[in-house]
Amino acid sequence: MNRQAQAAILFLLGAALLHAGLTDLYLRYVKAGLRPLVLAAGVVLIATALATAWYEWRAKKEEHAHHEPRVSWLLVLPLFALILVAPPALGSYSAMRTGTALQQSYGYAQLPADGPLRLSLADYAGRAVYEHGRDLADRQIRISGFVALDRSGAPYLVRMALNCCAADAQPVKVGLTGTIPPVLQPDSWLEITGTYTTKQTRDPVNKGPIPFIEVTSAKPVPTPHDPYDETWNN
Amino acid sequence: MAVTKAPPPTRETGEEKAPAPDDGEGRRLNSPLVLTLLMVLVVLFQGPVRQALGAPVMQSWMTVFVAVLVQALPFLVLGVLLSAAIAVFVPPSFFARALPKRPALAVPVAGVAGVVLPGCECASVPVAGALVRRGVTPAAALAFLLSAPAINPIVLTATAVAFPGNPEMVLARLVASLLVACAMGWLWLRLGHPDWLRPPARESYEGQGRGAAFWGSVRHDLMHAGGFLVVGAMAAATLKAMVPATWLSTAADNPVVSVLALAILAVVLSICSEADAFVAASLTQFSLTARLTFLVVGPMIDLKLFAMQAGTFGRAFALRFAPATFTLAVLVSVLTGAVLL
Repeated sequence: MNRQAQAAILFLLGAALLHAGLTDLYLRYVKAGLRPLVLAAGVVLIATALATAWYEWRAKKEEHAHHEPRVSWLLVLPLFALILVAPPALGSYSAMRTGTALQQSYGYAQLPADGPLRLSLADYAGRAVYEHGRDLADRQIRISGFVALDRSGAPYLVRMALNCCAADAQPVKVGLTGTIPPVLQPDSWLEITGTYTTKQTRDPVNKGPIPFIEVTSAKPVPTPHDPYDETWNN
Repeated sequence: MAVTKAPPPTRETGEEKAPAPDDGEGRRLNSPLVLTLLMVLVVLFQGPVRQALGAPVMQSWMTVFVAVLVQALPFLVLGVLLSAAIAVFVPPSFFARALPKRPALAVPVAGVAGVVLPGCECASVPVAGALVRRGVTPAAALAFLLSAPAINPIVLTATAVAFPGNPEMVLARLVASLLVACAMGWLWLRLGHPDWLRPPARESYEGQGRGAAFWGSVRHDLMHAGGFLVVGAMAAATLKAMVPATWLSTAADNPVVSVLALAILAVVLSICSEADAFVAASLTQFSLTARLTFLVVGPMIDLKLFAMQAGTFGRAFALRFAPATFTLAVLVSVLTGAVLL
C-alpha cells in the first residue's frame, strides 16, 4: 500500500470515527464517557492523513518505494463495518448466551410513596432479589428493556449493562409472567407495567438469580438513545 | 462474513512480514486504484452483504468487532503520538540518564514507571517499541510494556470500584502485575536473545524536518499496529460470538481448573484493562485468586496484544514472549492470591 492509499484509509477511518462520535452511533459500541476520546482519535487520524498527503506532495521529486505491510489493508474492514453496516447494539442473541450480571448494590434509594414506579430494569431486579421486594409489594411498576426468548421460548426482558465497550457488555434479565403479549419479537423494546412477584429462577448459564415480574400490560417503545445501561459507570 | 472475504488482499495477511520484493512498478498493483475499486465493489454489493450479515451471530460478531476497535483506537492513537514524540523530541541521552546503568536495576525502575501511562494496553505497545528504538535496554522496555496497562491509576481505581468489598484486590493486582513485569524483564536479561527482537524495518527519519519525522512515525505506527489490532479484534469477536459461556460454570468448581479457565478467558476476551475489573467482579462463582489471575493475565497478554506485539517486535519474539508471560502471570497470581487474598 503506498502513501496515497494510506492517507485515504486514515482519512476515511478518522471521518468514520468523527461521524460515530458526533451522532449517537458510538453509543452502540462504547460507553458514553469515551466520546471525547473517540472524537480526538478521529481528529488525529484525519490530521495524520493530511500530513501524509502534504509531505508526499512535497517530496514528489525523489521517487522511492515505501510500502507498508499487507496487514494494513485490514483497516478497511472496520471502515466498511462502521460506514456501511453499522451493526446494532448487542441484543437477545448475546444476552441469552451470557449469564445474568445482577449484583447486590450498596443500598437502594428511597422510593416515592405513591403513583406508578418507574424503575430501571437492573434496579427492579436488584430490589426483587436482594431486598425480597420490600417496598415493591402492591405497587404498579414500569420497567423497559428488550425481549429475549430462551430455548424453551420463555420470555425475558433484558437490559445489557456496559463498563467500557460492547465486548464487556453483560445482561441483567427479568423473567416475564402474567399477561404476556401473545406475540413477542426478540430484540423489540417493550415497556412493561406489572407488579412484583416472589417467583425467581436461576440463569442456566451462570446460576445467577433471575427475578420475575407479573405483567399486566406491555407496550412497544422505541430503542432508547443509549441502548446500554451505564449506571455502573456513574 | 461477506465483508471480511470481499477484499482480495486480506487473503495474504499471513505474509505481512514478507519483505516487499523490489519488483518493477509494472508488476505492483497500484494501491489507490485497488482501494477505490474495493470501495466501489462494496458499495455496489452492499445489499447482499447486509443480508449475509443479518444472522444474529454475525451481527453480534460485528458489534463486538467494531466495539473493540472503536474502544481501542483512541488509546492506540495516544500511544502512537507518545511513541512519535519519544522518537522525535526526546534525545536518547535522556533515557541513558533517567534509567540506572545496570539493566538489572533498570528493569524495576521501568516497571514502576508504568504508573505514568494512563491508558490501556493498546497504548503501551507502540510506546515500548519506541523506547527500544531509542536505545532503552529491551528488558526495561518490556517491563514497562507489561506493567503500564495494569498498574496505572485509572485501572487501579476501576478495580477498587468494581470490588467494593475486597479492597485487598487492588493491592494484590498491583503487586502481582509489578512482580510479573519485573520477572519478565529479568528473564529477558538472562535468556533473551537479541535475534528474537526483530522489529520490522522502518525508514530512518534522519535528515527530515521534525514535523515530517513526527507525522511519518505516527502514520507508520498507525498503519502497522492498527492492522494488527484488526486481527486481534477479529479473533476476540469470533471467540466471544462462538464459544458457549456455559463451560465456565462447570470450570468454577475445581480450584486449579478455575484459575486456568479464567487465565484463558482473559486471553480470549481481550477486554480493555480499564474495564476488566468489572467483568471479573461479575464472575462471582469463581474464587478471588482465580479472578486475580484474570486481572493480571488480561493486560499483559491477550489476542489483540499478541497480534500487536508480533507486529511491533516481530513474530519470533511474540511466539516466545507470550507463552512465557502467560505462565509467569498465572504462577505469580496464584502465589500472590495465596498470600494476600
